[in-house]
Amino acid sequence: MKRSIFRGWLFPLAFLAPQLLISLAFFFWPAGHAIQESFFQSDVWGGGRIFVGLANFTTLFHDPLYLKSFVTTWIFSFATAFISLFFGFFLATAVDRVHRGQATYTTLLLWPYAIAPAVAGVLWMFLFNPSIGIVSGWLHFFGIDWNPLLHASDALVLTVIAASWKQIAYNFIFFLAGLQSIPKSIIEAASIDGASPFRRLYTIILPLLSPTLFFLMVMNVVYAFFDTFGVIDAATQGGPGQATMTLVYKSYADGILHNDFNSSAAQSVILTVMVIILTVIQFRFIERRVHY
Amino acid sequence: MKIAKWLTVSLTLAIAGLSGSMAFAATEIQFWHSMTGPLSEKLTEITEEFNAKQHDYKIILVNKGNYAEAMTAAIAAFRAKGQPDILQVHEVGTGTFMAAGQAIYPVDKLMKDEGKAFNASDFLPAVTGYYSSTDGKMLAFPFNSSTLDTFYNLDAFKKAGLSTENLPKTWDEVADAARKIVQTGAAKCGLTTTWPSWVHVENFSAWHNIPISTKENGFGGLDAVFEIDNPLVKRHWSNLVKWQKEGIFTYGGRASTAMNSFLSGQCAIMVSSSSSIADIKSSGHFSLGVGMMPYYADVKGAPQNSIIGGAALWVLSGKPKVHYKGIAEYFEFLSSPKIQAEWSEATGYLPITTAAYELSKSEGFFTKNPGSEIAIQSVNLHTPTVNSKGLRFGNFSQIRTMFEEELEYALNGTKTVDQALSDAQRRGNTELRKFEAQQSK
Repeated sequence: MKRSIFRGWLFPLAFLAPQLLISLAFFFWPAGHAIQESFFQSDVWGGGRIFVGLANFTTLFHDPLYLKSFVTTWIFSFATAFISLFFGFFLATAVDRVHRGQATYTTLLLWPYAIAPAVAGVLWMFLFNPSIGIVSGWLHFFGIDWNPLLHASDALVLTVIAASWKQIAYNFIFFLAGLQSIPKSIIEAASIDGASPFRRLYTIILPLLSPTLFFLMVMNVVYAFFDTFGVIDAATQGGPGQATMTLVYKSYADGILHNDFNSSAAQSVILTVMVIILTVIQFRFIERRVHY
Repeated sequence: MKIAKWLTVSLTLAIAGLSGSMAFAATEIQFWHSMTGPLSEKLTEITEEFNAKQHDYKIILVNKGNYAEAMTAAIAAFRAKGQPDILQVHEVGTGTFMAAGQAIYPVDKLMKDEGKAFNASDFLPAVTGYYSSTDGKMLAFPFNSSTLDTFYNLDAFKKAGLSTENLPKTWDEVADAARKIVQTGAAKCGLTTTWPSWVHVENFSAWHNIPISTKENGFGGLDAVFEIDNPLVKRHWSNLVKWQKEGIFTYGGRASTAMNSFLSGQCAIMVSSSSSIADIKSSGHFSLGVGMMPYYADVKGAPQNSIIGGAALWVLSGKPKVHYKGIAEYFEFLSSPKIQAEWSEATGYLPITTAAYELSKSEGFFTKNPGSEIAIQSVNLHTPTVNSKGLRFGNFSQIRTMFEEELEYALNGTKTVDQALSDAQRRGNTELRKFEAQQSK
């Protein structure tokens, strides 16, 4: 790899400055403020605040509903990540085998990624809305009592589908690129040697695809834990009961809707730490099996 | 010579232009609201009328999202010294705003300071009581107060062979009607509801003259304790669960999500805010019947009177003095009988002043629009008792969500009604104690 040498450090700094400023303003500063806020109890109107140490955190861990939202989040996130990865890969292998119209399929399958999460949530909410949704109509026609406003499982299914749909497009394009970078000669050699399609997949394609797979796993988990807020807000608002109350949504609801900024800050801190740990685990243990 | 002439002409024009624009520099007053659809259109119309008839003040309307979002935005803006002048706060935010201390400018004091007449007695008793402090001073300007109505799809009633003249009055009659409608296939669903907690806990208790909490539903002090886990509420929630299982009641979600199923004709009966009438008139394509909230006939004292929902206008402090004169003039305009009558007629919100109510009556509005008087009749049905003059709790937005979550658990079978109601009461009380502790610091 060629190394670009800049004369002096001012020039590269000028290039980096815009991104650094954005990261500073939109990530580090709010994150620092949130960490600070989580140790205080503030007056809603900005009248002052009291240092309460870890009180916000202990209150959370004593709240059975908060602990329940951990479970909900894990179920939701892993379902979303798994479905997105599985279908992304499936579609990529399908498109990879196609000769004519590959560009068309790729374009069409990539579109959902361009849609904002909130829009995706609204879209699916309309399709599956128990009173006016088209898909609900079909489900009721077949005798299925579909009501995501009432049945917890229906609500989870709806939000998982809405959240996965977008990510399938994202995973698809990465998988497709990965598949197309595998030399055709290797696969041909394997099939001449008599390897079945499944054997080829398991022994050749997946190992060669593993950097992509690892990258996508990390991205999908982060997406599922954080970026799915828009989908849940548009589709179910954490209900029914607290069936779709994920950690990120609960942080929003407590902070923005109910003005408990300190608890919300504490929840954000816990969520961030958790995802950091998860990412570290992924890098430490799973990266070992990645075949670069 | 030519240059000098040119210079003079352009200079004169510039000065004329500048002074012209200076004459039009009206003081801008920011009004953050949460009205949408036909309600927003009417508010814009009224505000533009005010802006047009005088040139000192210009009210700028900004929709800041729903009530909860607007409230949070205003609080955040206040902390950053960029708050609006007027904020529309829903009734559940009253507790929080009453505890805001220096941040708000009580409307009573504002009007008095600006020399405007403002008598609590001009307003509906149900409304004054709700927004007054313990010493009888009105802190907020009541603007869009709604109450409960029951809406009936009369086309579905006809199809089911039910009378469109004698509409159901009790919960049992409503259940029977819903049952008949579903059985005959007149509609897919019989009964639905919007605002689950407001209808089935808060208004339900007031309508049957039972307390929601101790301390006069919170008016008497921050140490109120919820009493919603009582036999009557338990009976009603159990009925809702039973009807849901039977298929005659279909839960349609929180806030006004369920309105879609009534507007589309899917559900034949809906208990909802009186302000739904605006949407129903524009989007519903069926003949509409309106009634009061149903009650249980065997409960003594029922029906008592309904309590208000909707929102009021709060004035925030910290703005330039000249703004407050404009706000006072705007409020005087809004509370004038003509404007109030016009607003309530177009939206289904209650006419806030007795004068406005009388004006609408004298203009024959209620005879021409049967069903539109139901709202004010149900709020005026009897003199409010200590159980039915409203409620005042801090953190109530959160508490309402908790009540609705527990009702959902009961409806979808995750919890028994006993468990759900007990949890709702417990969770609500924890929130009240949290608010109480914060205020004593």
